[in-house]
Amino acid sequence: MSTSKVIHALYNDDDILMDAVKKVKADHHHIEEVFTPFPVHGLDKAMGLAPTRLAITAFFYGITGTAVAVWLTWYTMIADWPQDIGGKPSFSWAENMPAFVPILFELTVFFAAHLMVITFYMRSKLWPFKQAENPDPRTTDDHFLMEVAVHDNEDELKALLASTGAVEINVVEKH
Amino acid sequence: MYQFTGKLKIFALALMVVGLLGTVYNFMSAPSTLEEAKEILAKQEAAHHGGHGAANAHGDDTHHSADVQSESHKEEKKSEEHVGAAAADHKDAASSEHKEADHKSEAHTEKVDSTHHESADAVHETKEETHKETAHAEAPVAHHDNAHGEDHGDHHAEHAFHQMQNRPWSAFYVAMLFSLGVSLLVLAFYAAQRIAHAGWSVVLFRVMEAISNNIHYVSIFMIIFIILTVMHQNHLFPWMADGVFDTQSPNYDPIVDKKHWWMNVPGWAIRSIVYLTGWNVFRFILRRKSIQQDNGDLKLHKNLYNISVGFVVFFMVSESMASWDWIMGIDPHWFSTLFGWYVLATFLVSALTVVAIVTIYLRSKGALPFVNDSHIHDLAKFMFGFSVFWTYLWFAQFMLIWYADMPEETTYYAQRFNEYKLPFLGMVVLNFAFPVLLLINSDFKSIPWLVILGGVAILVGHYVDLFVMIMPGTVGGQWGFGIGEISAILFFIGLFIFATFSAVSKAAVLPKGNPFLHESETHHYYVIEHRGEDNSHH
Repeated sequence: MSTSKVIHALYNDDDILMDAVKKVKADHHHIEEVFTPFPVHGLDKAMGLAPTRLAITAFFYGITGTAVAVWLTWYTMIADWPQDIGGKPSFSWAENMPAFVPILFELTVFFAAHLMVITFYMRSKLWPFKQAENPDPRTTDDHFLMEVAVHDNEDELKALLASTGAVEINVVEKH
Repeated sequence: MYQFTGKLKIFALALMVVGLLGTVYNFMSAPSTLEEAKEILAKQEAAHHGGHGAANAHGDDTHHSADVQSESHKEEKKSEEHVGAAAADHKDAASSEHKEADHKSEAHTEKVDSTHHESADAVHETKEETHKETAHAEAPVAHHDNAHGEDHGDHHAEHAFHQMQNRPWSAFYVAMLFSLGVSLLVLAFYAAQRIAHAGWSVVLFRVMEAISNNIHYVSIFMIIFIILTVMHQNHLFPWMADGVFDTQSPNYDPIVDKKHWWMNVPGWAIRSIVYLTGWNVFRFILRRKSIQQDNGDLKLHKNLYNISVGFVVFFMVSESMASWDWIMGIDPHWFSTLFGWYVLATFLVSALTVVAIVTIYLRSKGALPFVNDSHIHDLAKFMFGFSVFWTYLWFAQFMLIWYADMPEETTYYAQRFNEYKLPFLGMVVLNFAFPVLLLINSDFKSIPWLVILGGVAILVGHYVDLFVMIMPGTVGGQWGFGIGEISAILFFIGLFIFATFSAVSKAAVLPKGNPFLHESETHHYYVIEHRGEDNSHH
């Protein structure tokens, strides 16, 4: 397995980090990763990350939930055993529909919420007992870290990052 | 400073003139005597039963004798006018009507071979019985029970005659109330923004103030309407009819009599004037102080906050009571506890839509250079959110009544479901399904033409909503959407444009004394695409 070098530039302010990200992008270097202790608004846009499609998945999960609820209410209340319960019209699903709306709504929300969260965990590879990946524990408290890959341009990159206000620059061997 | 262009002014005035002419025409063409009403009814029959020949006589009779509910069958099932078919139709009716409707059809079928007169009498008797059974709990129209002693055909014709006479009034009333309610809710939203110290919406304050100028204009027409109503010039409110509170009168209505402490003409008129006065005074003060605030006086800012708090408190009480007096009073036998909220939701979502549409229009004219896509996005979010809120209340009211199915409450929806099926169900598509599916996409919320597309659906839908609240109690089966309704809408749109844009042109469109102005000008929502703007700006 080949080893490659990366530069870890540490910052102590999110505004400085944002400007640094823009400068590094403008200089056409690829930013591998940025580690921050809290969400920095606009960072994904500045890094040029593709927008998330999580909301789209949630929409389809919601429709799935509605469909399940329609099937559930139709099968149990109309098809399987259409009892007369307090005079409610159980002749067809549509006639008794208002009584099913609370279930339709709740199952829609239930499916959309839970499946979206599970999708999020899977896509971001999060689970219990997972090995933490932060390269520097300070990034969970008060430091911001930008990771840039080195391709025989170590000195040039170091100079560039130093000029963006990095408080610490480390060159790290990465497997 | 925005210039109210001559072109737009002429357009607004033209709408008002056309609307006024149409309304006058509508009043002129309404039948003024019972005989005219009978002619119209005969024409309606002929139009609906053309080609059936002699066998029709009985079909017609069925419809004359059965009351309001079967009117709807006439509308819906133009081709099936045989007695048998009519009987089958009745079985389709909502469960609460089953007994009554079947009753009548049976009575009629038994008498099929006898003469018209006998048949009519028999049905008439059955009907009287049913009336006693249901104790006035059915169609909430006062004139309904008046003429039992008379010949039945006349009874029906007189009933329809009152409905026809109500139609031009109702057409104007629905449009007027919609215009007033929307402008009022714009003011309420504006006051809420001040109370919440909202940072994003400050650049829209002058737009909201300008729209609320419409309150003054519509109030004039509302006051004229109140005076005419008190003078018995119309029959929109059945509890105002003669003899309703008189135990000796054939019009006596014991249910409404119990509500006499609230439903009396002086009380109604005084309350109506109090609401209108309160809203107009608050609007006037808020607007004047807001313009004074351009000097940056922070004391005025606090003062405006306090006035807004006062207004919102007064508004919540008065809006709720106004919805009882002006809308629920049309069906005096019926009541619903969340009605005030429901009316509020209807007007609130329409108000936000109107703010969005006027903002998009003014921005497209270059009058609001400081309004960016994020502001539009926020307005569209409110449109989306309150559309869902309206649906929630609409459904909560409907479902609770449908589920319990208590006769005195269910008649309200039975009548709407049978006679107003298309508008009643259509508005759920316009007010919920369409705008929610359209505006659920975050990027769509800042695309002007998509917001306007959703907005037009919302406005049409909520007009229909108010239409379905008012019309069944005033015109019943004689409803339609024609020159009168369209003219009233055009008139109030013209008035709205005139009121709004003349107010926009009277003050600086940027409230420069507001301490939150900078926050509003730099308002930026990162997640959306900002077309034609610098995305990195923050």
